[in-house]
Amino acid sequence: MSMFSWFSGWFAVRQELTPNRKKVIGIASFLLPILVWCAISYVPFIWHPMVMIEEPGDVDYFQVDMLIDKNTFAEESANMRAAHKAIPQGYPANPIYLPAPHEVAKALYTAFVTPPAQQDGQWLHQSLWHSIQIIFWGFVISSLIGVPLGILSGTYTAISRLNEPFVEFFRYLPAPAFGALAVAILGIYDGPKIAVIVIGTFFQQVLVIANTTRKLDYSLLEAAMTLGTNKFKLLTHVVIPGILPDLYRDQRILLGWAWTYLIVSELIGTSSGITWFITQQARYQHFDNVYAAIFIIGFIGLGTDLILAQLGKRMFAWDKSANKES
Amino acid sequence: MHLPSYLTQSDAVKTRFDQLKSREVILEVKDLTKVYKTAKGETLALKNVNFKTHRREFVCVIGASGCGKSTLIRILAGLEPHTSGEVLLDNKPVKGPGRDRGMVFQGYTLFPWLSVRKNVMFGLQMNNIGREEAEREADLWLELVGLDKFAHAYPHELSGGMKQRVAIARALVNQPRILLMDEPFGALDAQTRAKMQAHLLEIWRNIDITILFITHDLDEAIYLADRILVLKAHPGEVQELIEVPVSRPRSAMQFNSPEFIATKARLEALIHPPKEHEETEIPIQQRMIRFVNVQDNVE
Ligand SMILES: Nc1ncnc2c1ncn2[C@@H]1O[C@H](COP(=O)(O)OP(=O)(O)OP(=O)(O)O)[C@@H](O)[C@H]1O
Ligand SMILES: [Mg+2]
Repeated sequence: MSMFSWFSGWFAVRQELTPNRKKVIGIASFLLPILVWCAISYVPFIWHPMVMIEEPGDVDYFQVDMLIDKNTFAEESANMRAAHKAIPQGYPANPIYLPAPHEVAKALYTAFVTPPAQQDGQWLHQSLWHSIQIIFWGFVISSLIGVPLGILSGTYTAISRLNEPFVEFFRYLPAPAFGALAVAILGIYDGPKIAVIVIGTFFQQVLVIANTTRKLDYSLLEAAMTLGTNKFKLLTHVVIPGILPDLYRDQRILLGWAWTYLIVSELIGTSSGITWFITQQARYQHFDNVYAAIFIIGFIGLGTDLILAQLGKRMFAWDKSANKES
Repeated sequence: MHLPSYLTQSDAVKTRFDQLKSREVILEVKDLTKVYKTAKGETLALKNVNFKTHRREFVCVIGASGCGKSTLIRILAGLEPHTSGEVLLDNKPVKGPGRDRGMVFQGYTLFPWLSVRKNVMFGLQMNNIGREEAEREADLWLELVGLDKFAHAYPHELSGGMKQRVAIARALVNQPRILLMDEPFGALDAQTRAKMQAHLLEIWRNIDITILFITHDLDEAIYLADRILVLKAHPGEVQELIEVPVSRPRSAMQFNSPEFIATKARLEALIHPPKEHEETEIPIQQRMIRFVNVQDNVE
């Protein structure tokens, strides 16, 4: 295969890739960052700005297993050499906040089997479950009002005129700013956390869904009208089923949006859930656990979205644009 | 070839028209005027349009692009309010859309989330007819349009012609008084189009339906219609109502008959007046030869 045809196979403008190529690229998108991380972690001359002390020598403040800045280490070594004292020994290392992949991989396992440090502490899976519940309720409450309001706004101009200017304004207000207020009203436990997720999601939701509703082909409504459909059934039998696949896609995106508010919301009131776990681990400098927890959030988020995407494909087989996607 | 006047009708055709006109009036349009008000100003889309259609008549509406054909049919369907005048269906004024007027649009307007059969059942169910009866009716109509095998397919699996057949079945299942069609075959290729025309005539012959059909294809209009309403552009006015002298049943053979050619000549004269034709001709200059690289002359 010539270079040119190889190139145009991978880089054709707006053309679909073959399934195999798609798979390769999908794996590569994860593999590349991991490779970079491995290189930084395992190749001693890439980065490694610190030195891990193996032998403190005669430097009085050095200890075994201490991380020392490379330059400081070099200075102290020179000092010791000049003074004819014992020279410290060590090997290049990365800062504590960048654990190597294998350490994080190990932490992914040990974090689940390590009992909580304190008596009243929570296991990792308990923290996670708590976080998932916060997200779930935040998203459900937002959707219960946001989805119907969005659909009504997209269908009736009067309703959209009534709420959209305010919603447009409100969506620029940062949700976490309402944290203190939410605590004052809802107490220090889960209430304010859920409230922040609702505030962060709801206003976007109304606008996005109203927009999706407006995009429904108007001639479908006209066709329905000529078939004798009354105004109410127009909404229930044409608008809603017609926008359902797009609505579903919007909800998937909005769920991702809700996830991004998780950490902030969990810091409000008494810290809880995965955020509590992360802050605890960071306090004891267990950064491998911190990364493990962050990755778990990512896995759950991506996993949910993939499952929802597959489900959507199955449910909306009639939707051509959905079938083309991914 | 010496052409007869398009006004000359054979005895059979004359008898047919006499019969037709003796039937009850289904649709009557009186002094219909439509003004679109937009930010840029007002457009007079229709001006004093008058005509009647009789029961089981097939009327085609033709006219240049932008002369108000769609506007007219949308007013009749109740999808667009009119400015003045009257639209009477069975002598009752039309107010808004209703199941007594079925409509087939040029764009495909099947509900993509419903199977073919459910699409056809839609109108019945909207009018509170039970599921079983609706299914029975839908299957009957699907058989009539030759799509009974596709009852459980979804619209995106159908070709354009099949979609329009479903759309026709979906409109007819409601048993409307009149079927309004706005360039329904406009997006189809020539072959499919010819088949659909024959098919539509066949359906029309077999059931009690009046059809108002918009097209800008003159052959299509003559082939299908009893009478052709010719609209003039800016403002849209009725220019002439032609009684097609071609006998029924129609067949593709008649495209070369003298009556057909005479009618077409008349329609062409009405729609493209000779004067206008000259103006729009694109002047090709001899100098353009410079842009041609090939040595041998194509002519
Ligand atoms: N919604 C509208 N608002 C303003 N003007 C309109 C509107 N719809 C149509 N018009 C104008 O009314 C005139 C008639 O339009 P119409 O669509 O009825 O023509 P038509 O005969 O169906 O054309 P075509 O053959 O292209 O389908 C045109 O000048 C058009 O610009
Ligand atoms: Mg039109």
